[in-house]
Amino acid sequence: MASLITMDDLTNEEIIEVLDNAERLLPVARGETHLPLLEGKILGNLFFEPSTRTRMSFETAMKRLGGEVVNLGDVKTSSVVKGETLFDMIQMVDGYTDIIAMRHPRQGAAQYASDSARVPILNGGDGAGHHPTQTMLDLFTIRQAHGTLEGLNVALVGDLRFGRTVHSLSHALVRFGCTLTFVSPESLSMPDEIISDLKKHGADITETENLRSVIPSADVIYMTRIQKERFPDEDEYARVAGIFKLCAADLSPAKGGMIVMHPLPRVNEISPDVDNTKHARYFEQAFNGVVARMSLLCRLLNVEVPAIISSNGGEN
Amino acid sequence: MSTESHMRRVTAINNGTVIDHIPAGCAITVLKMLGIDGRRSTPITLAMNVPSKKMGGKDVVKIEDREITQSELDRVALVAPEASVSIIRAYSVAEKLVVNLGLEITGVARCCFSNCATWGDREPLPHRLKVHSIEPLELRCHYCGRSQDMEAIIDNLL
Ligand SMILES: [Zn+2]
Repeated sequence: MASLITMDDLTNEEIIEVLDNAERLLPVARGETHLPLLEGKILGNLFFEPSTRTRMSFETAMKRLGGEVVNLGDVKTSSVVKGETLFDMIQMVDGYTDIIAMRHPRQGAAQYASDSARVPILNGGDGAGHHPTQTMLDLFTIRQAHGTLEGLNVALVGDLRFGRTVHSLSHALVRFGCTLTFVSPESLSMPDEIISDLKKHGADITETENLRSVIPSADVIYMTRIQKERFPDEDEYARVAGIFKLCAADLSPAKGGMIVMHPLPRVNEISPDVDNTKHARYFEQAFNGVVARMSLLCRLLNVEVPAIISSNGGEN
Repeated sequence: MSTESHMRRVTAINNGTVIDHIPAGCAITVLKMLGIDGRRSTPITLAMNVPSKKMGGKDVVKIEDREITQSELDRVALVAPEASVSIIRAYSVAEKLVVNLGLEITGVARCCFSNCATWGDREPLPHRLKVHSIEPLELRCHYCGRSQDMEAIIDNLL
């Protein structure tokens, strides 16, 4: 595999392999074990739009494995605004680094970069397109909680129209035979194009506006942020934001093993009183971004993750 | 009246290309896709809505003194997948070409999506539209994955 642009670049077997490797890398991600697998390698972090979380998690992943990171810096002062093409920019960074992680406001930018570069590209989000490293950490979190990805009941809640996270995740979950419930206001519902694609792959999909009704049967409730900018008027935003919101009391009919996820940052979608319930999994999910990305960096750089990693002294 | 007698309305050409079996009403689009605007070119003859046994109605285009190449022809596949093409030399058919849609159309049309990475004409890599399905015809941008319908493709021809 040269690059990771969409989840279609990985087979189900490869996904499982990346997750297995990520699991073994957990003590390295926590800093308990020193394992410089990527020593001497340089990651180029090309974030053409701000993203604290994804950028930091790539950087942490690389450094935990002994690698170095160079950053694009502030987009406003870099050459992008001076009219340099993406192609030229990639040519330059390609010469400086061994692998590139990028986020770009334009859709297809990661594929474009991959076609322009010799080094592998990790897509960290392209417009409303794909965000496969987020999907990998989501899958990791789900498997960690349920021991499997197969046949789960997953409810995706909130902004399903513009959220690239939920698009990539839905595709991946359908490949593992999950049943999906899309919970959103009509104006933010999953695009028809995506639903028809998912159904073509044999997906079992229900759409509803009623969040309460999905709680009892869900194995995973994946919340997303509803942004004010999506609404023409404040009142409509306030109404919708009030409906697609979870608090601890709502979770009483939930299954014991049900987990609540959120790609973060959250605004009001999950009340802070959920944090202390056994269902909350969003902070672990954010941490899992580091292991998932460590595993992907190794894979794209053709570095094998050792079969046994001891929890105190590196490789056995 | 047979199709043949209709055909005779259109004069035979000495040298050039005849594109037959274009879906009725699509001849202008075919010319557009071949980059022929009628101002700077050799003589062009159009016959539109000619009755056809095979297609009900069809368009025919004759382009004088120009031999269409296979790669030019493949552009036409989008609108006229059934077209039959003859290269004419000295009033007789010298060659027959078959339109081939292929898996990808490179450098024919821009992606229609205004937030695509290729937008703006400054990026040097070629525009690539992949044939996602044939029946119904659906193309998707190689880069951003957006679906493009016929209308969008015609609007965005290079
Ligand atoms: Zn595109």
